[in-house]
Amino acid sequence: MFNSLKGLVVTLVSTMNGLRAPVTRQYPDSGNLLGKRDEPTPVKDRFMGFPALTWDDEVGEPFCTSCMVCIRGCPTQCMTSVMKDNPLHEQEKSSRRKIVDSFEINLNRCILCGICVEVCNFDAIVMSHEHEMSTSNRNGDRLDLPALLEIGFKFQKDTDWIPPTKRVKVPKGGAAEESKTPAEAESP
Amino acid sequence: MTQTSENIVPNAEPVEMLLNMGPQHPSTHGVFRMVLWVDGEKIVDVVPHIGYLHRGSEKLCEGEQYNQVITLFDRMDYIANFNNEHVYVRAVEKLMGMEVSERSEYIRVILCELNRIASHMLFIATMGLDAGAMTPSMFCFRGRERIQGLFESVSGARMMHNYFRIGGLKEDVPDDFVAQVREVLELVKKDTEESDKLLSFNEIFLARLKNIAVMSAEDAIDYGLTGPCLRASGVDYDVRKAAPYSVYDRFDFDVPIGLDGDCWDRYYLRVQEVYQSIRIVEQALDQLPDGEVTSSLGRRLLRPPAGEVYVRGENPRGEIGVYLNSDGSDKPYRIKVRPPSFCNLSALRQMLKDSWIADSVVILGALDIVLGEVDR
Repeated sequence: MFNSLKGLVVTLVSTMNGLRAPVTRQYPDSGNLLGKRDEPTPVKDRFMGFPALTWDDEVGEPFCTSCMVCIRGCPTQCMTSVMKDNPLHEQEKSSRRKIVDSFEINLNRCILCGICVEVCNFDAIVMSHEHEMSTSNRNGDRLDLPALLEIGFKFQKDTDWIPPTKRVKVPKGGAAEESKTPAEAESP
Repeated sequence: MTQTSENIVPNAEPVEMLLNMGPQHPSTHGVFRMVLWVDGEKIVDVVPHIGYLHRGSEKLCEGEQYNQVITLFDRMDYIANFNNEHVYVRAVEKLMGMEVSERSEYIRVILCELNRIASHMLFIATMGLDAGAMTPSMFCFRGRERIQGLFESVSGARMMHNYFRIGGLKEDVPDDFVAQVREVLELVKKDTEESDKLLSFNEIFLARLKNIAVMSAEDAIDYGLTGPCLRASGVDYDVRKAAPYSVYDRFDFDVPIGLDGDCWDRYYLRVQEVYQSIRIVEQALDQLPDGEVTSSLGRRLLRPPAGEVYVRGENPRGEIGVYLNSDGSDKPYRIKVRPPSFCNLSALRQMLKDSWIADSVVILGALDIVLGEVDR
């Protein structure tokens, strides 16, 4: 009997706390029962949403050279890509000899593991923060190159994305030190 | 012949009835099916049917490269992903004779123990639900949510992390990791105390769980039970103590032991393990050394030498074992997993025999199976 009463007290205290600061949120809106705000679902910085391709603003072309490293590293074979000669390279505007012609990711197969991002040598693919992407089309989850670049560009803009190979490494308790990467020299 | 009051005989011969439970039953914790032979309210025999969630993970492992297999291990015991990743990467590291930096080992242990807390919180929640208590599940899910938010900030995913790598980790933890973990631990400790107060010694809960499905220590060993189910029967066996791996030998923690081996012991032992895991994480945070965590091997194609290795570890559900056979190529030749909840499930018949139908739900709940791991 005493233990049941103790449980009732716990529930009562928690209810009072919950009225002041609710733990849950009203999906898809945020805020509590009284005030709803239209905000996207909050995600952490490292959150891995669906993969997307990045856009090189300096040259005006995708980072991706369609080297197929991500496709070979993918555990579920959810990606395909086609390579072509880079027309900007012939005009000597770009250092990339080859460039992506078409790229498709089947998001229904993607398991959001992030291996593609890890193996990419050209900073070309990112795990974006997009995750609420349900569609009513039959093949709506097959994203082609423009769609992927659009998501990637949005991600770059929202997070002030710096290519991983250009980031400066901050060792613990020391001054900032330039990271030694081969991509440093070959970046356009 | 129609039934009338004349031909209903009192004290008639017992008639056995076949009762199907699952795979859509909400208390079978997934897609588990039991066929119960019942005599009135008493269970005479039980035939468990597994395989509804079979994805062929072990076979799939043979077609994936060594670093891709980590994603499959995430999906076996999907409540304790870090623990599963840990035992696999340790298996490959042992095969390759690889040294892992201290910092990455400490971070691995911290994340594994936090995952153990999250897993046990889910168990406490579902145990309450199985016994008819709705409220504790809310408290426990709140605590679990905090830990998962922490995991998201570390690995980028709430459940399928893919964060451990062969030879280290994917990347270093965020700068405010230690402060975040300490904050979460304080809150989680409070949450556990709350649900403990709410549920553990509640009279109705005690009446539902005390002296149900008692397993003696001999029986528990004979059936190959491991983890909390074995320790509830009074056997002091924990892989972290019996064969310390990683850096577990540097921490001071107790292994809770049950007295009676009934369902309530299995429940309460897990509550105690949450406190012990909190102790381990606190010590690990104090000792956390600086250093590198990433290994350049993670980006290369791994080709371990030909050979075989067996590695075990303590999962929240019991002892997990990974047998890895390599033929020297970039893909494992064979991976065999000894899943704790599958082996624990073998004692189900012994536990359910001669118990009541109403108890079958709590008996299965106290075993704490995860069907992703049972069926693989």
